[in-house]
Parts: sequence; C-alpha cells; structure tokens
Amino acid sequence: MELSSEGRPACSVLFEEPSQEVTGQGEAPGPDFWKDLHLEEVVAALVARRGQYDLEQFFRTPLVDPGAVRYRQEVARDLEDPATAECTRAFAEGMDRARSFLRGMGQIRDDFGGGHYRQAWFLDAADNYWSAVSRLHDGLASLAVRSRALLCFREYLSRYVRSEHFVSMGAEVRGLRDDLAAIHYALFIKGPRVTVAHYEGWPDYSTEIERTFRRFRQGEVRDFLADFRDQRDANHVQARVLERLARQHPGPFARLAAFYAGRDRLLDPTIVAFDREVQFYLSYLEFAGPLEQVGLSLCYPEICEAEMNDGRCQTHVEESFDIALAARLATEGTAAVTNDIALSGPERILVVTGPNSGGKTTFARMFGQVHFLASLGLPVPGRSARLSLADRIFTHFEREERLETLHGKLQDELIRVRGILERATNKSVIVMNESFASTTLADSRFIGTRVLEKVTAEGALCVYVTFVDELASLNKATVSMVAEVVPEDPEVRTFKLTRRPADGRAYAKALANKHGLTYTRVVAELTS
Amino acid sequence: MKAYLLHPDKDFDFRRDLPEGSDELSQDLGLDILCTEMGRGDRLVSEICKRALVFGSKDTATIGYRQRVLYDCLQHSGVVGELYDLAVEAVDAERQIWGLYNRSSPRAVLSRAVRVVETFVGYLRRLRRLSDEHADEFSSDGFARFFKMVSEELDDAYFAEVQDHLERLKFRGGMLISAGLGPGNTAKGFVLHLRPGRGWRERLAALRRSGDTFEVPTRDEAGLKILDEWELRSLNLVANAVAQSAEHIRSFFTVLETELAFYVGCINLRARLSELGGAVCVPEPLPPGEPAWSAEGLYDLVLVLRSGGRVVDNDMGADGKSLVVVTGANQGGKSTFLRSLGLAQLMMQAGMFVAASRFRAAVVTGVLSHFKREEDASLRGGKLDEELRRMSRIVRRISSGGLLLCNESFASTNEQEGSEIALELVRAMAEAGVKVVYVTHLFELANRLWSEDRDCALFLRAPRRSGAQPFKLVEGAPEPSAYGEDLYRRIFEEDAT
Repeated sequence: MELSSEGRPACSVLFEEPSQEVTGQGEAPGPDFWKDLHLEEVVAALVARRGQYDLEQFFRTPLVDPGAVRYRQEVARDLEDPATAECTRAFAEGMDRARSFLRGMGQIRDDFGGGHYRQAWFLDAADNYWSAVSRLHDGLASLAVRSRALLCFREYLSRYVRSEHFVSMGAEVRGLRDDLAAIHYALFIKGPRVTVAHYEGWPDYSTEIERTFRRFRQGEVRDFLADFRDQRDANHVQARVLERLARQHPGPFARLAAFYAGRDRLLDPTIVAFDREVQFYLSYLEFAGPLEQVGLSLCYPEICEAEMNDGRCQTHVEESFDIALAARLATEGTAAVTNDIALSGPERILVVTGPNSGGKTTFARMFGQVHFLASLGLPVPGRSARLSLADRIFTHFEREERLETLHGKLQDELIRVRGILERATNKSVIVMNESFASTTLADSRFIGTRVLEKVTAEGALCVYVTFVDELASLNKATVSMVAEVVPEDPEVRTFKLTRRPADGRAYAKALANKHGLTYTRVVAELTS
Repeated sequence: MKAYLLHPDKDFDFRRDLPEGSDELSQDLGLDILCTEMGRGDRLVSEICKRALVFGSKDTATIGYRQRVLYDCLQHSGVVGELYDLAVEAVDAERQIWGLYNRSSPRAVLSRAVRVVETFVGYLRRLRRLSDEHADEFSSDGFARFFKMVSEELDDAYFAEVQDHLERLKFRGGMLISAGLGPGNTAKGFVLHLRPGRGWRERLAALRRSGDTFEVPTRDEAGLKILDEWELRSLNLVANAVAQSAEHIRSFFTVLETELAFYVGCINLRARLSELGGAVCVPEPLPPGEPAWSAEGLYDLVLVLRSGGRVVDNDMGADGKSLVVVTGANQGGKSTFLRSLGLAQLMMQAGMFVAASRFRAAVVTGVLSHFKREEDASLRGGKLDEELRRMSRIVRRISSGGLLLCNESFASTNEQEGSEIALELVRAMAEAGVKVVYVTHLFELANRLWSEDRDCALFLRAPRRSGAQPFKLVEGAPEPSAYGEDLYRRIFEEDAT
C-alpha cells in the first residue's frame, strides 16, 4: 500500500517539479571561491552532524532562475516559524531512530532468540516511524503554512495518516510496547550459571548503602558512575534469556511475531524525501539562530527580474555582514559590525580603501556571500536586500601562501584576472581583494585602472579592495567606500565602511589618554 | 556529621576564589607574614587562616561563636592539636590507598571504595574515643555540639551496621539483579538487590527444574564476558554509592581538618605573641552601621612578628566618624597605624583576638586597600594612571558599609591635582557609606577636610620625632610640614659625624 507512485515523491521542498533536481541550477563554483569567501567553513558547519542527509550538493549549487529562488524562499519563511521548525526537527529525530533500528535489524543473526530480537527491532522502527509521522501531521495541521511546497506535502501527509495501513499499525505498536515494557524480570547470577525469575519488588541495594552513610553527607560530591551506553547489540546470552522470558510470558511474544510477519515495507518515499530535503533549511536556520541572538538580521532578498542593477532594480543591501565571521563572533556572544551596500545610476564597482584590519576584506566577502546565498533561495545577512541573481561569482584574492618571486606572483594574478574577465558577463559578480599589491604603487595603479576599465565595459558588478586611492574615483561606475576609525583614537577600527572619497589618512599614530579613566568617571560610578 | 566550628550552621567555604584585590590587601597589611607565623610550617594552617582573614564574617553572632570556640581552643590546645592531627592523618591515609577511581570499571571503584571506608572507620573510632574522653572539658556551644554529634552518630550500633555492609559488598553468594526489556528486546535498567532471606533457596531450585536456569559454558568467553558486563552494570549504582559515601566521609575529615586549622593557627599566634610580650584582647564587634570605632593600645602585630620586639601602640576614638585622616611626620608611624587598624578589623571579623588592649568597631562589608606602590618607577603620568586604574577597580568592588585604607594615594601627581581627586573621592565614599582611613602628605587635602568636613572625620597627626622611636599619634589639625627636612638633616648630619 503505497500512496506515492513508484517510489517517486509526490512533492519536493527544494524544487517546484520534483524532477527538476537536475535542471534549473547553475554551476557549482570552483575551490577558490569557497576559500576566498570563507564559505568553505560555512558549508562545513551546515552539513556537520547531518551526514546522513547528503546535503552538500544542495549548498554548493546556486539557482539561476528567480522563480526557483522564490519557491525556496517560501519554504524557508514557513520554517522560520519556531513551531514549524521544531515540529520538523522532532520528526527528523524520530525518522533517524526508525532508520537506525531498521539498519540494526539486518545485522542480527537468524538463530538469536528465536527471532525475538529481530521482531523487537522492527517494532521499535515502526514505533518511531509511526510517532514521528503522526506528530508531524498533527503539528503541520495546526500551523500556518503558506509555501506551495509545504501545502502540497501537508495535503499528502493527511491522506497518508488516515490510511487503514497507518492507523492499524499505530494500534498494534502501542499494544505491543505496553506488553513488553511490563516485563520486569530477575537474574540470579552465580558463576557461569544464570537463573531467569520474576522480579519481586526488592529494594535497590545502593539506596540502602546511601541510607547508612547519609549522615556523612557534606554537599555534592562527584559521581563515580561508569558511563554504560545502552546495549543496542543482540547477543547470544540475552537470546537465551529471551527464550525463557518468551516461555514465561507467551502472549506478548506471540503477538510480536505476528506483527513482524504482517508488515513489510515501512517507510513512504515522499516522507523520506521530505525528511532529507527539509534539512537544507533547518541546518541553515540553525546556523543563523545565534546570529540573530546577538542582534544581527537576515532577510529574504527581493530578486530582480530585470537586467542587473539597471534603473528599475538597483542593488541595495542594508546592515549586512560577513556570515562566516559573524558565526565565529556569535559563539563569543558578540555581533559582527554591519555595513550597507547601495548602488544607484551607473554605479557598478565598489572600490574599498582604508586602514589595515579595518574591515575591507570582510566587506568584500560579505558582498560575494550575499549574492551566493541569495541564489540558494536562503535568507541573506542584512535587514533588507534587493539583488540580481548572478550567473557566476568570481573571486580574485591575494594568494599569500604561495612562495613565489614577486614577478611570479603578479604574473599569476594577472593570468587569473584575465580568465575572469574572459568569462564574466554583465550578470556576473566579481570580488577582488588586494589584487596587484605585490608590485610598486605606480604599477598597481596602472593595472588596477586597466582592469577596472574592462570591468566597467563589461558591466559586471564588482568589489575592488585596494590601497590605491585614485582607483576609487576612476569613473562613473566606481563608488568609493572607506573603512573608518574612531576619530579620537585612530588605533581603534570601527569596521564600518562609509561612502566617501578616499583620503589616504595616516592612522598609525596612537593618542594618549586612551584609558579614559578620569576623575569624574570615578566619582560618577561611586555615586550612581 | 558536620564540623561546624566556624559557623554555627554551615561549613566554612575554603574553596571559593579569593576576591579580587585580596592580593593587594595581603601585601599592604602583611597578611602573608602573619599567616606564615600562624602556620608555623603547616601550609594548610597558613592558607586557611588567610582565608578566614580575607573572608571575615559580617555577622556578629558568628564572630561571637568563633570567639567562644577559640577560648576553648586556647584552654585545651593539646586536645585540639590531637583532633587536628587525627583529621590530617585520616585525609592523608585516604590519599595513600593505592589506585585511582577508574570510572570505567565499577568493580575497581567498589574495591577501592570499600578499602577507603574500612580505613576511615578506624579514624572514626578514634574520633569517638577522643570525644568520650574529653567532651566534658569544653564549654563553648560549638564544641558541645560537635562532641554531642560524635557520640550520637557514631555509636556502636552504627559501626556494626557499616561492618555488615562491608561484608555483603563482597558478594560471595552470587548476585541478584533485576532488569527490563529495552529497545530491541535488549536488557536494560540493571539493578542490584540483596538476596531475600526466606524461601529463596527453594524457589531457586524450582526454577532450575523448570528449565529457567542455563549455564554459559566455560569455553564461551564471549558469553562469560556478557555475564560479567551485566554484573558490572548492576554494580554501577552500588559502587557509586559506596564511593560517594567514602567521599562524604573524606570531606567530613577535610572540613574538620580545615576548620581546626584556623584554631591551630590562632593557638600558634597566641603562643608566639606571648613570647614576644604582645598583649591581645577579645574585640567587641558591633552590627554594621553602629557608630562604634575605637581602639586602645592598638599595635601592628606584623611589625612585632618581624622585629621581634615592642612597637609603639596607638589609641583612636573615632566613634560616629566615617573618615580618619592621618598626617604628620615622616616615619612617624602613620602607615603602621593604618596597618594595625586594618589588621584589627580583619582579625575581629575572622573571630580572632586582636593586637590591642581594647578594640570596638562595627563590622564592615569589606576591607580594601590603596597603597602607594613604591616599586613602580614608571613615568609620572603613567604612575597616576596606574593609581587611578587601581582605584577605579576598588570603586567597582567596594560597597556601602566597606572600609577603604588609603596610604599616600594620589601622591604621584602634584599636590593640587592629587588633593582635588582625593577630596572628591573621599566625599563620594562618605556619601556611599564607605569608611575611609587616609594617610596622606597632601596638605591641601587634609586641610580642606579639616576646615570643611571636620564633623564626620577624626584627624590624627604623627608628631615630629626626636629619637629612634616614633611617638604616639595625636589628635589635631594637619600641619603643612611633614618634617621631611628633619629626616633629611638627621640622616645627613649623622653621616657627617
């Protein structure tokens, strides 16, 4: 009795057409991209502890169709409701347990305990599956679900749980569970000899010991309990105990055998597919949770249908941040500094200047990340965002780890940038960080100018981090962004970038009086 | 079983972290010198005495409780020493029992725990004998409670009960275990039981006949290992219970050792001061906020311990005052006075005697010190900076009802700036209910306090000295000169002759 036809899921939460998995997707970017934008660690965190779902390909593959992005955004919005997410998470845990019992079943030897073992494992699988599905159904039924994907799935689920197959399974599982749980037996072990008997309510010896020594109790002491994991493996000694228990309690064991014989295919393909695909969203929302807790926002970007950044739909992101950095900072309870991106008119290139460690590279990463995450159909760092989907995102970062001659390094950089410029279109995003720094200032200025002129001509969106102030005012496409410091103490970076002309100020000087521990503040603190 | 020798109703917490600023206080008042003397080579005694001083009680009832226990200790120092040695030996004996608790093996845990309990039982019996012999001689409520507890809790019936458990824990006749069916019909929830007495043998025989007994063949190593694991699982709770009981007994001895260590330190100090001719008195603690703040014959006992001889003592009558300003001659005994006052306050609140012929004061919520750091040879500005930073930490830590000891604070800047900072600070402290004792050369500070805040302050002055010994401090208006010139002249003219 299968409701899904021939193992093909009835609905998918990732693709509008469940078969679309192979079409409508862009090309997964190359290895440099993940490293440069620090997305490697983000993907690693997203798939961590979720190995069983094999999610990585979904996180690595961008969508190129705005409609496909919106389909996922709907699902993500639904799952942002904590009740919906919690309901789905509980379901996943139940499914996990069910699968582990099914796996374990296959490993039990035939001659163990007259099948009492295998049957019991099957019962546990069915029990976990039944409760997981029922709770998911009850949960979803009472929740305000709006996405096309979840509405489809909910509809499917409600037909499934009303089916006779599912209803009767639940009743049998519960009856058997109660029967087996009621069996409390005693073992008398002396040497190699074991006697199986009924338990007669004797007290726990450890409580008697505790009672004797209670008078010495001084407070909490550490515990000396060995950490025995629950026995999950079948063994032949327990098999012999089970044979005797089956004789002592014939009813429950006979019913268990009948249940096992009567049910074969347990898991429904549409439900299995949902279980896997929904993890794509859950892992991302879990990842984003700590960021929101420290006060950062994520939002659903409006995706431009028209040409990139043309007059009708201009790139605009408010209070965004580097998601990888923010995740690290959030573990310490601090929020990453946020920055805005706004392009208007002919502007296409953000030229970023300012002091060392002032947040320039972070800004560049943020720009690339926002575009990539948007193309996965997921919320992006920021309070609000309007973006175009990029056909490709290119990164060009300084490769410090390579021990090459200056000439070799610059040459390598130029080769890489040529490759980018050859492939980039007016729908591409290019992130360039400290490019061409391994040469004289005049050279840097010259090469930078040439490269940015080409980018301008192509019409790609670009971030260009540089020490060369002149590049910030190259042409009408460039916008100058400057990383700021605290005016009273130039040693302190704000990590804020503002839109203003590059001014090449020297920031190395420290000012005195930075402790700020003045007499007035001492008095203020005392009398407050 | 609670020692309760430092508090009538709770253990002394000797594990908590020393508060921030206690290092500075120790250094400024010479607490380490004092505690080393109290320990006489016993580091535990020194350590506990230091904690008792740093974490003084704010409760006059508790202070009185300790004063009475201490009186007993000084009267019966021999018995108290014996009790202390017994506790120390018991704690050491446990440490010397071979093996660590290996948590992965309940059987190993049980075996060590049984040996530890057996060892402790010996010391408990000795404790009982000591109590039987000497309980009558003690008069304080603290010791009366302690000895009564020992004779009630450690009676013969109790020792027999413990012995019975130690015997049963060898499980010579087999193990009776109960369990249930867990996931996948595995066994779960192993619990160990004592074998029921009546009719058990007969029932066992019947079960054997009906085929409910099976035997794991001796060649079946895997099977025997499973049986062993079941036994281990069922021993887990029992082993834990015995090991935790052993820990509890150990912590009883540890607390006893710790609390007695304080009194042993007091006994040592009293003996040493007697040798040196230093008088002590039982101070009179008053509840916080009481105006009492006075002393007679107050001296710096750390100086006595260090110099081994007599030192100048001082009187102070600051009842109802919140500020004591000490000015006057260089080397005139100002710092010594400041230290003696701080030490007396700490020792009183620890429950000790104090180095004075009379001391009467309200308890304070905390004592903090801000002494000039001579060793800081950095720039002038940097030094003020350092002083301010230190003071700002103090401001964050101190609370209403506290006591702040200032020694030449803000002397690292010019007189006017230093006075200005200090004046507002002192006034803010007074406003917040913090008592301040301020030793200073800042004439402008002292003079302004004299003319504007005389009602709430006591002014003491070190008189110009004429010989080797400084004079006692006298009450009176601050003077513009500290007679530094005198000192200079004395040193240089003495050199010249």
